[in-house]
Amino acid sequence: MTGVAAPTRRVEQVMGMPISLALRGRHADDQLGEQAWEAALTELRWVDEVFSTWRPDSQVSRLGRGEVTLAECHESVAEVLRLGDDARVSSGGAFDVCLSDRDGVRRLDPSGVVKGWAVDRAVAPLLALADTDVCLSAGGDMVCHVADPDGEPWLIGIEHPLDPTRLVARVPVHRGAVATSGSAHRGAHVVDARSGRPQEALASVTVIGARLTSVDIDATTALALGVDGPDWLRSRLRTGIVVWADGRAETVS
Amino acid sequence: MKRIVLWVLSTLSAVVVLFGYHTSTSSVMATGTGSEGAFSTSLTGQTASGTSSGSGTTSSGAAPPTDTPTDTPTDTTTDGASTTVVGDAVQTRYGPVQVQLQVSGSTITNVSVLQYPDQDGRDLQISNFSLPQLVQDTLDSQGDSVAMVSGATYTSEGYLQSLQSALDQAGL
Repeated sequence: MTGVAAPTRRVEQVMGMPISLALRGRHADDQLGEQAWEAALTELRWVDEVFSTWRPDSQVSRLGRGEVTLAECHESVAEVLRLGDDARVSSGGAFDVCLSDRDGVRRLDPSGVVKGWAVDRAVAPLLALADTDVCLSAGGDMVCHVADPDGEPWLIGIEHPLDPTRLVARVPVHRGAVATSGSAHRGAHVVDARSGRPQEALASVTVIGARLTSVDIDATTALALGVDGPDWLRSRLRTGIVVWADGRAETVS
Repeated sequence: MKRIVLWVLSTLSAVVVLFGYHTSTSSVMATGTGSEGAFSTSLTGQTASGTSSGSGTTSSGAAPPTDTPTDTPTDTTTDGASTTVVGDAVQTRYGPVQVQLQVSGSTITNVSVLQYPDQDGRDLQISNFSLPQLVQDTLDSQGDSVAMVSGATYTSEGYLQSLQSALDQAGL
Protein backbone atom coordinates (compact mmCIF):
# COMPACT_ATOMS: atom_id res chain seq x y z
CA MET A 1 0.00 0.00 0.00
CA THR A 2 1.42 3.33 -0.92
CA GLY A 3 0.33 6.43 0.88
CA VAL A 4 -3.35 6.66 1.58
CA ALA A 5 -4.82 4.28 -0.95
CA ALA A 6 -8.46 5.00 -1.61
CA PRO A 7 -10.43 2.25 0.08
CA THR A 8 -13.07 0.18 -1.63
CA ARG A 9 -16.45 0.89 -0.11
CA ARG A 10 -19.63 -1.08 0.25
CA VAL A 11 -22.85 -0.14 1.96
CA GLU A 12 -26.01 -2.02 2.83
CA GLN A 13 -28.96 -1.37 5.09
CA VAL A 14 -29.37 -3.87 7.91
CA MET A 15 -30.99 -3.44 11.32
CA GLY A 16 -32.52 -0.21 10.06
CA MET A 17 -29.17 1.50 9.67
CA PRO A 18 -26.49 1.81 7.04
CA ILE A 19 -23.73 -0.77 7.39
CA SER A 20 -20.67 0.65 5.70
CA LEU A 21 -17.44 -1.14 4.93
CA ALA A 22 -14.12 0.25 3.75
CA LEU A 23 -11.40 -2.16 2.65
CA ARG A 24 -7.84 -1.46 1.57
CA GLY A 25 -5.21 -3.90 0.44
CA ARG A 26 -5.03 -7.35 -1.06
CA HIS A 27 -8.64 -8.46 -0.86
CA ALA A 28 -10.33 -5.09 -1.09
CA ASP A 29 -11.68 -5.76 -4.56
CA ASP A 30 -11.62 -9.51 -5.02
CA GLN A 31 -14.00 -12.38 -4.47
CA LEU A 32 -12.66 -13.20 -1.01
CA GLY A 33 -13.34 -9.66 0.15
CA GLU A 34 -16.83 -9.84 -1.27
CA GLN A 35 -17.50 -13.16 0.45
CA ALA A 36 -16.29 -11.81 3.78
CA TRP A 37 -18.62 -8.82 3.39
CA GLU A 38 -21.52 -11.11 2.61
CA ALA A 39 -20.66 -13.19 5.67
CA ALA A 40 -20.63 -10.06 7.82
CA LEU A 41 -24.04 -9.03 6.50
CA THR A 42 -25.42 -12.51 7.08
CA GLU A 43 -24.30 -12.32 10.69
CA LEU A 44 -25.90 -8.90 11.17
CA ARG A 45 -29.16 -10.08 9.63
CA TRP A 46 -29.19 -13.05 11.96
CA VAL A 47 -28.63 -10.79 14.95
CA ASP A 48 -31.50 -8.64 13.75
CA GLU A 49 -33.81 -11.64 13.52
CA VAL A 50 -33.01 -12.71 17.05
CA PHE A 51 -32.73 -9.36 18.80
CA SER A 52 -34.88 -6.85 16.96
CA THR A 53 -37.44 -5.16 19.13
CA TRP A 54 -39.18 -4.08 15.92
CA ARG A 55 -39.95 -7.67 15.00
CA PRO A 56 -42.71 -9.13 17.13
CA ASP A 57 -41.49 -12.64 16.32
CA SER A 58 -37.87 -12.08 17.35
CA GLN A 59 -36.66 -14.07 20.31
CA VAL A 60 -36.10 -10.89 22.29
CA SER A 61 -39.61 -9.64 21.56
CA ARG A 62 -41.08 -12.97 22.63
CA LEU A 63 -38.90 -13.03 25.72
CA GLY A 64 -40.05 -9.54 26.58
CA ARG A 65 -43.67 -10.67 26.37
CA GLY A 66 -42.94 -13.70 28.51
CA GLU A 67 -43.76 -16.14 25.72
CA VAL A 68 -40.43 -17.89 25.96
CA THR A 69 -37.92 -18.32 28.75
CA LEU A 70 -34.33 -17.19 28.51
CA ALA A 71 -33.25 -20.84 28.43
CA GLU A 72 -35.37 -21.36 25.33
CA CYS A 73 -33.67 -18.52 23.50
CA HIS A 74 -30.41 -18.74 21.63
CA GLU A 75 -27.50 -18.68 24.05
CA SER A 76 -26.37 -15.35 22.66
CA VAL A 77 -29.47 -13.71 24.16
CA ALA A 78 -28.26 -14.59 27.65
CA GLU A 79 -24.81 -13.32 26.71
CA VAL A 80 -26.20 -9.96 25.63
CA LEU A 81 -28.39 -9.65 28.72
CA ARG A 82 -25.34 -10.37 30.88
CA LEU A 83 -23.47 -7.59 29.13
CA GLY A 84 -26.41 -5.29 29.74
CA ASP A 85 -26.54 -6.27 33.39
CA ASP A 86 -22.83 -5.61 33.83
CA ALA A 87 -23.37 -2.18 32.32
CA ARG A 88 -26.32 -1.51 34.60
CA VAL A 89 -24.19 -2.26 37.65
CA SER A 90 -21.17 -0.29 36.50
CA SER A 91 -23.30 2.72 35.61
CA GLY A 92 -25.21 2.79 38.86
CA GLY A 93 -28.39 2.00 36.97
CA ALA A 94 -28.14 4.68 34.29
CA PHE A 95 -27.76 1.99 31.65
CA ASP A 96 -30.43 -0.68 31.66
CA VAL A 97 -31.78 -3.03 29.04
CA CYS A 98 -35.13 -2.88 30.79
CA LEU A 99 -36.73 0.50 30.33
CA SER A 100 -39.96 1.87 31.61
CA ASP A 101 -42.05 3.40 28.89
CA ARG A 102 -44.40 6.31 29.32
CA ASP A 103 -47.08 4.13 30.82
CA GLY A 104 -44.66 2.78 33.40
CA VAL A 105 -44.59 -0.61 31.72
CA ARG A 106 -41.18 -2.26 31.83
CA ARG A 107 -40.01 -3.47 28.49
CA LEU A 108 -36.96 -5.36 27.40
CA ASP A 109 -34.81 -3.42 24.95
CA PRO A 110 -31.20 -4.62 24.72
CA SER A 111 -30.57 -2.46 21.62
CA GLY A 112 -27.95 -0.46 23.52
CA VAL A 113 -25.85 -3.59 23.79
CA VAL A 114 -26.69 -5.38 20.60
CA LYS A 115 -25.24 -3.08 17.99
CA GLY A 116 -21.63 -3.00 19.14
CA TRP A 117 -21.75 -6.66 20.06
CA ALA A 118 -23.14 -7.53 16.64
CA VAL A 119 -20.47 -5.61 14.77
CA ASP A 120 -17.73 -7.23 16.85
CA ARG A 121 -19.11 -10.58 15.71
CA ALA A 122 -19.79 -9.57 12.13
CA VAL A 123 -16.34 -8.14 11.52
CA ALA A 124 -14.62 -11.49 12.20
CA PRO A 125 -14.64 -12.81 8.62
CA LEU A 126 -13.32 -9.46 7.40
CA LEU A 127 -10.48 -9.48 9.92
CA ALA A 128 -9.50 -12.89 8.57
CA LEU A 129 -8.63 -11.34 5.19
CA ALA A 130 -4.85 -11.38 4.87
CA ASP A 131 -3.04 -8.12 4.18
CA THR A 132 -6.30 -6.22 4.13
CA ASP A 133 -7.30 -3.16 6.13
CA VAL A 134 -10.87 -3.13 7.40
CA CYS A 135 -13.19 -0.43 8.67
CA LEU A 136 -16.73 -1.67 9.35
CA SER A 137 -19.27 0.88 10.55
CA ALA A 138 -22.82 0.33 11.71
CA GLY A 139 -24.63 3.63 11.76
CA GLY A 140 -21.53 5.54 12.82
CA ASP A 141 -20.05 3.04 15.28
CA MET A 142 -17.13 1.12 13.86
CA VAL A 143 -14.36 -1.42 14.13
CA CYS A 144 -11.06 -0.49 12.49
CA HIS A 145 -8.21 -2.80 11.65
CA VAL A 146 -4.96 -2.13 9.80
CA ALA A 147 -3.17 -5.32 8.80
CA ASP A 148 0.34 -3.87 8.95
CA PRO A 149 0.95 -2.30 12.38
CA ASP A 150 3.13 0.27 10.65
CA GLY A 151 0.57 0.88 7.95
CA GLU A 152 -1.55 3.91 7.38
CA PRO A 153 -4.17 4.26 10.15
CA TRP A 154 -7.83 4.72 9.40
CA LEU A 155 -8.62 8.34 9.97
CA ILE A 156 -11.97 8.62 11.70
CA GLY A 157 -13.84 11.87 11.77
CA ILE A 158 -15.97 12.59 14.79
CA GLU A 159 -19.10 14.35 13.68
CA HIS A 160 -20.13 17.53 15.40
CA PRO A 161 -23.42 16.68 17.08
CA LEU A 162 -24.85 20.14 16.52
CA ASP A 163 -23.71 20.45 12.90
CA PRO A 164 -23.32 17.25 10.88
CA THR A 165 -21.41 19.11 8.19
CA ARG A 166 -18.57 19.70 10.59
CA LEU A 167 -16.20 17.43 12.36
CA VAL A 168 -15.44 17.98 15.95
CA ALA A 169 -12.32 15.80 15.93
CA ARG A 170 -10.32 13.32 13.93
CA VAL A 171 -8.94 10.10 15.37
CA PRO A 172 -6.36 7.91 13.63
CA VAL A 173 -7.09 4.28 14.49
CA HIS A 174 -4.92 1.30 13.60
CA ARG A 175 -6.80 -1.33 15.49
CA GLY A 176 -9.73 -0.46 17.66
CA ALA A 177 -13.31 0.64 17.88
CA VAL A 178 -15.02 4.01 17.84
CA ALA A 179 -18.55 4.59 19.05
CA THR A 180 -20.53 7.81 19.35
CA SER A 181 -23.79 8.21 21.20
CA GLY A 182 -25.72 11.39 20.86
CA SER A 183 -29.10 12.93 20.86
CA ALA A 184 -28.69 14.94 17.69
CA HIS A 185 -30.29 12.90 14.94
CA ARG A 186 -32.92 10.97 16.74
CA GLY A 187 -34.11 13.44 19.28
CA ALA A 188 -33.25 12.55 22.83
CA HIS A 189 -33.26 8.79 22.37
CA VAL A 190 -30.92 8.02 25.23
CA VAL A 191 -32.67 8.19 28.56
CA ASP A 192 -31.25 7.88 32.02
CA ALA A 193 -32.76 4.60 33.14
CA ARG A 194 -32.66 5.84 36.74
CA SER A 195 -35.16 8.60 36.03
CA GLY A 196 -36.63 7.46 32.71
CA ARG A 197 -35.95 10.94 31.39
CA PRO A 198 -33.58 12.00 28.64
CA GLN A 199 -30.45 13.73 29.80
CA GLU A 200 -29.81 17.13 28.31
CA ALA A 201 -26.32 18.09 29.47
CA LEU A 202 -24.41 16.31 26.72
CA ALA A 203 -24.88 16.47 22.98
CA SER A 204 -22.66 13.48 22.22
CA VAL A 205 -20.09 11.14 23.68
CA THR A 206 -17.45 9.33 21.63
CA VAL A 207 -15.40 6.51 23.11
CA ILE A 208 -12.40 4.88 21.47
CA GLY A 209 -11.18 1.51 22.67
CA ALA A 210 -10.34 -2.05 21.84
CA ARG A 211 -13.74 -3.68 21.47
CA LEU A 212 -16.85 -2.08 20.06
CA THR A 213 -19.14 -3.98 22.42
CA SER A 214 -17.83 -2.23 25.51
CA VAL A 215 -16.98 1.04 23.79
CA ASP A 216 -20.54 1.37 22.50
CA ILE A 217 -22.04 0.59 25.91
CA ASP A 218 -19.74 3.08 27.61
CA ALA A 219 -20.55 5.84 25.15
CA THR A 220 -24.26 5.30 25.68
CA THR A 221 -23.83 5.08 29.45
CA ALA A 222 -21.79 8.27 29.65
CA LEU A 223 -24.43 10.07 27.60
CA ALA A 224 -27.17 8.77 29.89
CA LEU A 225 -25.20 9.93 32.93
CA GLY A 226 -25.21 13.44 31.51
CA VAL A 227 -23.17 15.87 33.54
CA ASP A 228 -21.53 12.97 35.38
CA GLY A 229 -20.59 11.25 32.14
CA PRO A 230 -17.11 12.64 31.55
CA ASP A 231 -15.91 11.83 35.07
CA TRP A 232 -17.43 8.40 34.80
CA LEU A 233 -15.45 7.81 31.60
CA ARG A 234 -12.26 8.96 33.31
CA SER A 235 -12.93 6.63 36.20
CA ARG A 236 -12.94 3.82 33.69
CA LEU A 237 -9.73 5.11 32.06
CA ARG A 238 -11.59 5.64 28.82
CA THR A 239 -10.39 7.71 25.89
CA GLY A 240 -12.98 9.78 24.17
CA ILE A 241 -14.57 13.05 23.22
CA VAL A 242 -17.49 14.69 24.94
CA VAL A 243 -19.48 17.47 23.34
CA TRP A 244 -21.64 19.45 25.73
CA ALA A 245 -25.07 20.68 24.82
CA ASP A 246 -23.67 24.15 24.14
CA GLY A 247 -21.25 22.72 21.58
CA ARG A 248 -18.15 22.83 23.75
CA ALA A 249 -15.93 19.82 23.04
CA GLU A 250 -13.78 18.15 25.63
CA THR A 251 -11.25 15.36 25.27
CA VAL A 252 -11.41 12.62 27.85
CA SER A 253 -8.31 10.54 28.44
CA MET B 1 -21.38 7.47 -9.74
CA LYS B 2 -21.83 3.73 -9.60
CA ARG B 3 -21.64 3.89 -5.87
CA ILE B 4 -24.30 6.54 -5.81
CA VAL B 5 -26.57 4.29 -7.81
CA LEU B 6 -25.88 1.43 -5.46
CA TRP B 7 -26.61 3.69 -2.54
CA VAL B 8 -29.92 4.75 -3.99
CA LEU B 9 -30.85 1.16 -4.61
CA SER B 10 -29.78 0.05 -1.18
CA THR B 11 -31.63 2.94 0.35
CA LEU B 12 -34.69 2.04 -1.63
CA SER B 13 -34.52 -1.53 -0.49
CA ALA B 14 -34.00 -0.26 3.02
CA VAL B 15 -37.17 1.76 2.75
CA VAL B 16 -38.97 -1.36 1.69
CA VAL B 17 -37.43 -3.27 4.57
CA LEU B 18 -38.32 -0.55 7.00
CA PHE B 19 -41.88 -0.50 5.94
CA GLY B 20 -41.98 -4.22 6.34
CA TYR B 21 -40.56 -3.72 9.79
CA HIS B 22 -42.92 -1.15 11.00
CA THR B 23 -46.10 -2.51 9.63
CA SER B 24 -45.24 -5.89 10.98
CA THR B 25 -45.40 -4.37 14.42
CA SER B 26 -48.53 -2.40 13.84
CA SER B 27 -51.93 -3.66 14.59
CA VAL B 28 -53.00 -3.69 10.99
CA MET B 29 -50.87 -6.73 10.32
CA ALA B 30 -52.44 -8.54 13.19
CA THR B 31 -55.71 -8.55 11.32
CA GLY B 32 -54.18 -11.07 8.98
CA THR B 33 -55.46 -9.41 5.87
CA GLY B 34 -52.40 -10.41 3.97
CA SER B 35 -51.77 -6.82 3.10
CA GLU B 36 -48.09 -7.51 2.67
CA GLY B 37 -48.85 -8.84 -0.75
CA ALA B 38 -50.57 -5.63 -1.67
CA PHE B 39 -47.75 -3.61 -0.26
CA SER B 40 -45.84 -1.35 -2.51
CA THR B 41 -43.60 1.57 -2.06
CA SER B 42 -42.55 4.30 -4.35
CA LEU B 43 -40.23 7.20 -4.31
CA THR B 44 -41.13 10.53 -5.76
CA GLY B 45 -39.70 10.55 -9.21
CA GLN B 46 -39.69 6.79 -9.34
CA THR B 47 -43.35 6.24 -8.86
CA ALA B 48 -43.84 4.09 -11.89
CA SER B 49 -41.06 1.70 -11.08
CA GLY B 50 -40.93 1.82 -7.33
CA THR B 51 -42.62 -1.39 -6.45
CA SER B 52 -41.83 -3.33 -3.36
CA SER B 53 -39.75 -5.74 -5.35
CA GLY B 54 -37.44 -2.91 -6.26
CA SER B 55 -36.66 -4.77 -9.44
CA GLY B 56 -37.73 -2.04 -11.76
CA THR B 57 -35.72 0.68 -10.16
CA THR B 58 -32.36 -0.02 -11.69
CA SER B 59 -32.55 2.50 -14.44
CA SER B 60 -34.38 5.16 -12.54
CA GLY B 61 -32.03 4.72 -9.62
CA ALA B 62 -29.42 6.62 -11.57
CA ALA B 63 -31.52 9.74 -11.29
CA PRO B 64 -32.03 10.53 -7.65
CA PRO B 65 -35.51 11.70 -6.84
CA THR B 66 -35.57 15.41 -7.12
CA ASP B 67 -38.10 18.14 -6.94
CA THR B 68 -39.53 16.83 -3.73
CA PRO B 69 -42.51 18.76 -2.51
CA THR B 70 -41.90 20.82 0.56
CA ASP B 71 -44.23 21.43 3.38
CA THR B 72 -46.93 19.23 2.03
CA PRO B 73 -49.67 19.78 4.53
CA THR B 74 -50.64 16.90 6.69
CA ASP B 75 -54.05 15.80 5.66
CA THR B 76 -56.38 12.94 5.03
CA THR B 77 -58.44 12.41 1.94
CA THR B 78 -60.96 9.73 1.23
CA ASP B 79 -61.69 8.39 -2.22
CA GLY B 80 -64.37 5.77 -2.18
CA ALA B 81 -63.18 2.90 0.01
CA SER B 82 -59.58 4.07 0.00
CA THR B 83 -58.21 6.65 2.42
CA THR B 84 -55.00 8.53 1.84
CA VAL B 85 -53.13 9.65 4.93
CA VAL B 86 -50.10 11.88 4.85
CA GLY B 87 -47.63 11.62 7.70
CA ASP B 88 -45.87 14.55 9.26
CA ALA B 89 -42.77 15.76 7.47
CA VAL B 90 -39.90 14.71 9.70
CA GLN B 91 -36.59 16.51 9.63
CA THR B 92 -33.56 14.31 9.31
CA ARG B 93 -29.96 15.29 8.89
CA TYR B 94 -30.34 14.91 5.14
CA GLY B 95 -33.56 16.80 4.84
CA PRO B 96 -37.25 16.25 5.34
CA VAL B 97 -38.86 12.85 5.03
CA GLN B 98 -42.56 12.45 4.54
CA VAL B 99 -44.59 9.32 4.03
CA GLN B 100 -48.06 8.82 2.58
CA LEU B 101 -50.27 5.83 3.18
CA GLN B 102 -53.24 4.56 1.32
CA VAL B 103 -55.57 2.62 3.51
CA SER B 104 -58.49 0.46 2.55
CA GLY B 105 -60.40 -0.59 5.60
CA SER B 106 -57.69 -1.74 7.98
CA THR B 107 -55.31 -2.66 5.19
CA ILE B 108 -52.46 -0.51 3.98
CA THR B 109 -52.58 -0.70 0.21
CA ASN B 110 -49.77 1.65 -0.66
CA VAL B 111 -46.95 3.57 0.90
CA SER B 112 -45.29 6.46 -0.85
CA VAL B 113 -42.41 8.61 0.21
CA LEU B 114 -43.47 12.16 -0.62
CA GLN B 115 -40.29 13.79 0.54
CA TYR B 116 -36.95 12.14 0.34
CA PRO B 117 -33.72 13.87 1.27
CA ASP B 118 -31.78 13.46 -1.94
CA GLN B 119 -31.88 16.96 -3.27
CA ASP B 120 -28.42 16.67 -4.72
CA GLY B 121 -25.47 14.40 -4.97
CA ARG B 122 -23.90 15.84 -1.91
CA ASP B 123 -26.41 14.28 0.41
CA LEU B 124 -25.87 10.96 -1.27
CA GLN B 125 -22.15 11.26 -0.85
CA ILE B 126 -22.48 12.03 2.81
CA SER B 127 -24.91 9.25 3.46
CA ASN B 128 -22.55 6.90 1.68
CA PHE B 129 -19.86 7.84 4.15
CA SER B 130 -17.52 8.47 1.27
CA LEU B 131 -17.41 12.09 2.31
CA PRO B 132 -15.35 13.64 -0.47
CA GLN B 133 -17.25 16.88 -0.28
CA LEU B 134 -17.62 16.93 3.42
CA VAL B 135 -13.90 16.56 3.69
CA GLN B 136 -13.45 19.33 1.16
CA ASP B 137 -15.58 21.47 3.40
CA THR B 138 -13.54 20.69 6.41
CA LEU B 139 -10.12 20.22 4.87
CA ASP B 140 -8.88 23.64 5.84
CA SER B 141 -9.72 23.23 9.46
CA GLN B 142 -9.48 19.48 9.80
CA GLY B 143 -6.46 18.57 7.75
CA ASP B 144 -6.36 15.17 6.05
CA SER B 145 -9.41 13.43 4.78
CA VAL B 146 -11.10 10.94 7.05
CA ALA B 147 -11.96 7.34 6.23
CA MET B 148 -15.18 7.08 8.21
CA VAL B 149 -17.30 9.33 10.36
CA SER B 150 -18.49 8.40 13.79
CA GLY B 151 -21.66 10.14 14.85
CA ALA B 152 -24.85 9.74 16.75
CA THR B 153 -26.73 6.81 15.37
CA TYR B 154 -29.02 7.83 12.60
CA THR B 155 -31.30 4.98 11.81
CA SER B 156 -33.86 5.69 9.20
CA GLU B 157 -35.79 7.19 12.05
CA GLY B 158 -37.30 9.87 9.86
CA TYR B 159 -39.17 7.29 7.86
CA LEU B 160 -40.39 5.58 10.97
CA GLN B 161 -41.54 8.78 12.62
CA SER B 162 -43.38 9.98 9.56
CA LEU B 163 -44.86 6.56 8.93
CA GLN B 164 -45.92 6.29 12.54
CA SER B 165 -47.71 9.61 12.42
CA ALA B 166 -49.53 8.52 9.29
CA LEU B 167 -50.48 5.26 10.97
CA ASP B 168 -51.72 7.18 13.97
CA GLN B 169 -53.86 9.43 11.80
CA ALA B 170 -55.29 6.43 10.00
CA GLY B 171 -56.22 4.99 13.36
CA LEU B 172 -54.29 1.80 12.64
